Formats: sequence, structure tokens, C-alpha cells
Amino acid sequence: MKYLLKSSLVAAAALAVAGTGALAQETVTLGAAVSLTGKYTTDGEHTKRGYDLAVDMINKAGGVKVGDKTYQIAVKYYDDESTPATGAALAERLIAQDGVKFLLGPYSSGLTKAIAPVTEKYGVPMVEANGASRSLFTSGYKYLFAVLSTSEQYLSSAMDLAAEKAAALGKKPEEIKVALAFENDPFSQDVRAGVLDDAKRLGMQIVIDDQLPKELNDMAATLTKVRALKPDVLVISGHAKGAATAVRQISEMKVDVPIVAMTHCDSADVVAKFGAAAEYTLCASQWASTLTYKDNLFGSAADFAKLFNTTYNYEPPYQAAESAAAVMVFADAFQRAGTLDPAKVRDALAATDMQTFYGNVKFDETGKNIAKPMVLFQVLKGEYRVVAPTKWAETEAVVPRPMMGN
Amino acid sequence: MNEFFAQLVASLPSNLRILVEAPIFNVQLILDGLLIGAIFALAAYGMALVWGVMKIINIAQGEFVMLGGYVAVIFAQNGIHPLLAVPVSGAVLFLVGWLLYRAVIFRIVEEDLFVSILATFGISILLQQLMNQVFGGDVQIADAGLGTRFLFSGFVTVSDVKLVSFVLALALGGVLVAFLRNSRLGQSIRATAQNARAARVLGIDTGRVYAATYGLNAAICGSAGALVAMAYTIHPYIGLPYTVRSFMIVVVAGLGNLAGVIAAGIGLGAAENMAGFLLGAQYQLAFVFGLLVVVLLWRNWRLKRKRQYLK
Repeated sequence: MKYLLKSSLVAAAALAVAGTGALAQETVTLGAAVSLTGKYTTDGEHTKRGYDLAVDMINKAGGVKVGDKTYQIAVKYYDDESTPATGAALAERLIAQDGVKFLLGPYSSGLTKAIAPVTEKYGVPMVEANGASRSLFTSGYKYLFAVLSTSEQYLSSAMDLAAEKAAALGKKPEEIKVALAFENDPFSQDVRAGVLDDAKRLGMQIVIDDQLPKELNDMAATLTKVRALKPDVLVISGHAKGAATAVRQISEMKVDVPIVAMTHCDSADVVAKFGAAAEYTLCASQWASTLTYKDNLFGSAADFAKLFNTTYNYEPPYQAAESAAAVMVFADAFQRAGTLDPAKVRDALAATDMQTFYGNVKFDETGKNIAKPMVLFQVLKGEYRVVAPTKWAETEAVVPRPMMGN
Repeated sequence: MNEFFAQLVASLPSNLRILVEAPIFNVQLILDGLLIGAIFALAAYGMALVWGVMKIINIAQGEFVMLGGYVAVIFAQNGIHPLLAVPVSGAVLFLVGWLLYRAVIFRIVEEDLFVSILATFGISILLQQLMNQVFGGDVQIADAGLGTRFLFSGFVTVSDVKLVSFVLALALGGVLVAFLRNSRLGQSIRATAQNARAARVLGIDTGRVYAATYGLNAAICGSAGALVAMAYTIHPYIGLPYTVRSFMIVVVAGLGNLAGVIAAGIGLGAAENMAGFLLGAQYQLAFVFGLLVVVLLWRNWRLKRKRQYLK
């Protein structure tokens, strides 16, 4: 509510400024169905705030120059209630009724999957920032572009790190034993497919490959198996509940594995919830505010983080950062296209090659961003520190992690 | 699907070999199963109570567990030790159960079983969405700050919080039995379960008994939920597994048989954990359902034999 008030004030101020200007500017409207209620509420809000912040910055900087005209950007939002069917219906409504010609993505792979066929049907370009599932990019969509790394890349850096550190474990990379515990849902299974590919590439052996049911809050059986087989690497992905359950039970059952990597530690807030138990956990992330990417709008990643923090009073999660980047990609494409014709903007999007505070953006022919790697954090003294890839590492990864022992 | 099956065939013998060659891991699995089984047993006992007395299958069972968990989370967030939440969440959930009875459940007590399933299913969705709105969809825990103890020279680990919740669950079960056996209200509940009409004739206010029974069930689940939040994790959609397992346990143990419910609960916990280890975690819940089918078939077969014998 407070935030709504704030954003409407900003909007009112923007209107006032535009009104007093000698030349009334035209507006290009982007459409977005995001989750403001339902199970994705939190992440939906991060997404919307990322969009809003970028739109605000672009407008303050004078808007987007398309051909010889300058446009302000506006976003028309609907609440998709975290339901794919509603998302698809709202996309239809945005395009057919409201006449919106460009769409920003919703939150989550599921929602993006529901909306992509609609934008494809109408030939409306969609730049999305929160749908990482691999299947989005194997369906031959021409109007779908994603700024984030896709899910099979999530834990690649962890597997590479394990290979690099094999010597520290007293082994050759091909002697490394890997245990997998992945939730049985499309996203986590994509991550798993990526890890299996990496293991094959690096010649590592898979000794455990458990799939966790969706309602699971007890991993005791899997972790007992881990204690029995003593793998060198344990990789886990099961959204926030998987991360929370794993961190809690690994520490309670004293499961000693030299490398433990997972997704969603930050959204599960494992540091605040578990304190010392979360120490040395490796976490995959799309983005970190310590990375050295830069652009002309926000400045560096740290500048973005600072601005976000002063605007919304919390540190930006990567969901907000990638959402802001999506708006920047659109603005860049508008400028290069020199027209607001959807087909031409689509071609300009396909030719995108830019650096943003969030990372480099360059799409392959399926529409996914191939220019930005995932980063890997390690929880060290209660803070997330970037440890891989080596190019952006703030500090050396602690591998093997100290034994909790007995 | 084929991939999963192939994987199962490949991993089963090697998993089995671990248990044969290093039998100590059996102890770990069974122990973990016993500890969570006691919590299942609590929720199941509540379900049996409502089923037996009111002829209602309460699908919202798991949601009461979830609500109780949130009470413990609120305690932990405000710096109060979550163990204190065990009685408090019981009291809060008693109230919730009582109010739900007065608002909804009293309309369906005499109705068809199907109506009661639909109505309580509705309640469960309502509670899930409500908690999602209030607390968000994220996982929550209540950290009790207890340690871990090692048995068998470090091969078996048991977290103290699970141990405490196991003991509390058994104690709670004991208190419940004593209450039903000795207190005035407990006697009225049992009388109503035996024959509601006769109980009414003898001056028992069955409406009040029903309300108390439903409230009592919610309270048991609530306390169990506080234990879940301390020993495991909770989120708004965690309810279903608890409802399913309660149902399974009640079907196996029968109504009005506390010893049976506890044995079935603990046994299910242990069996499930063994299945999770041997077959992989993906088959853990499938195993529960498979077991349910087997038990039903076996009962049916036994009943048939009985009938033939009587003929």
C-alpha cells in the first residue's frame, strides 16, 4: 500500500513534468501480467519493481528516441494471480483489447510458458526476465526473448568449481563422485539435466540421483544415503523449500560433503534462518551486486543496488535486477529499430548485443541470452560472497568445507 | 517414465547392498522414521476422533497442522522459545476448530460423507490461501536452537529437537487418552460416538460434544504442527501429505484404537523412510499409496473369509 502510494506519487510527478514541458511527448506502452496475488506474490512484486525502476530511470533520462520522435515508456499491469490460465487470458486482453504491441514477461517459467503462445500468435515481441525453463527455447518461438541464464546453466559453475578443486580433494576430476537431489518439477529437472551434462563433460560419476516430491519437507532418507556413499559433491535444487530443508537437515544430521551446492538459498534466506548451519553452502545466482558490469542508465551493478535500496528499502534480489534489464533491452531495440512496428522491433531484439548492469545480453536464434554466465556464491561468515566463475570471484571458495564431524 | 524405471532397477540392488553391508544405516533410517511417525500418529489420531464421533472425514487435517506450525513460527520470530508454542498452538487451534464447527461443520454432521469431504476440502483451500496472503508462500521454520546427538560412535545422528518432539507427541497422546477415559467431556464424546441418539436421550448436548471434538482435533493437529515447524519446515501448502498419511494410518488402524494408530503411524514413518532410501525419494509417497491399496485388499480378503466362515 505504502509502495502503491509512492509509485502513484512518482507517476503524478512525472505527469506534471510532462504536462509543463513545451512539447508533450508521446508514450509507448508495454504490457505485463505479473503475480501480485497467489503463490508468486513476493517474486511478482520484485519483478514489477524492477520494471518500474527501469521505466522511471529511462523516462527521467528523457525517454526513448525512436526515429525522430522521443517517447516516454509506460507499463500497463494486470495481476495474473500466479495462475497460468489467467496469465494467458490477460496477455490476450492486453494485446487484443488494450492494443499493447510489446509485452514484458511474467514471473516464473510456468506463466511464461502459458503466455508465449499468445504473443507468438499475435506477433507481439515479449522480453521476459523470469522464465528460465529450457523448454521455452525448444518450441521455436520467434517473438520470445529472455535476458536471464536458462535453468540448465544454474549449477554449471558449481560443477566446474568441483573439477577445478579436485586436487584439493586429493582426486582427479574423473574420480569425483556426485550426489543429486532434485525436486520433481520442470524447473528443477531442467537444472538436473544441466548437471548431468556437466558431469558427463567432466567425466564425473553420479552415485545418487534422487528426485524429491513436491510436498517434501524431510530429506532424511536421501541424506542417509549421502552419508553412506560419501560423495564429493552434493547438488540440490527444489526451490526455496528444498534449500531450507537441505540446509537444516545437512547440519542436523551432520552430513559431511566437501562441496554442497544448491539453488534458491537466497530466496529461502538461509543465512538469516539458519545462521551457522548455512555456512560454506554454495548458491547459484543469476546476478550479484558486486559484479563489474556497467551501463549508461544505472551505472554499475552496485549503483543499481543502491538506487533500488533507497527506493524500496531492501537489497535487490536478482529477480528485480533481471526485470529492470528486460526494460532496457526493449528501449535499446526501439532505438535501433527506429520504428515501433512490432516485426521490426522483433528483428532489432534478435540483433541485441549490449552490456547492462545486470550482465551482457545477446540472444541466440532461440531467444535465450547466451552472453551472461550464472554466478556462484558461497556463504562465508554469514555473507554471500561470489566465488565463481573465477573472472568475478571476490574471494577464493572454501573447498573442501570444514567437517562438522563427531 | 521409462528413464525413472530404468534408474530404479539400476539403483535398487546397490542401495540394498549398503543396508546389508552397513546395517547401522538401517538404524538411522528407522529412527528418523519413528521420530516423524509419531507426529503423523498425532494428526491421525485427531482424524480418527472426528471420523468416529462425527462421521466426518476431515480433509483440512493437514491445514490445522500447518496453522499450528505458523504459531510456532510467530513465537520464534518474536524471540519466544518455540517449545512454548506447543500448548499455545493447541489452544489457538482449539478455538479455530470450535469456530469452524459453529460456522460450517455443524451443517454437515448428519449429512452424507461426500458432503463432509467437499466442505472440509473447501476449508483446506481457504486456509492455504489465507496463510499465503498473510505469511507469503515462502518456507518458514521455528528454530528451537537444540543440538544433535551421536549414537553408535557417530554413525547415527539424532537431532534433539526431533527427539523432544517425539517425546512430546507420545505424551500428548497419553494425555488425550486419559482425557477421553476419565473426564466428563471425554465420556460424553465416547457416548456420542457409540450412539448419538441414545446420548441425546440421556441428556448429552451432542452439539456441544461435536464442537468440542472438532476443536480437540484441531488442537492436536496444531500442537503437532508446532513440532513440525521446529523439526522440519512449513509453508502454506504443506498440509496435504499430513492429511494423506493421517487417512492412511486411520484406514490401517481403524477408529477408536489409539495403540493401533500410534503403531501404524510410527510403522508408516519407518517403512516410508526405508522405501525412500531403497527406491529413491521420488517413490516415497507412491509407496504410501501403494501400501494403502495393499492394506485395503488384505482387509477385503479377510472380511470375505470371515463371511464364508459364518455361512
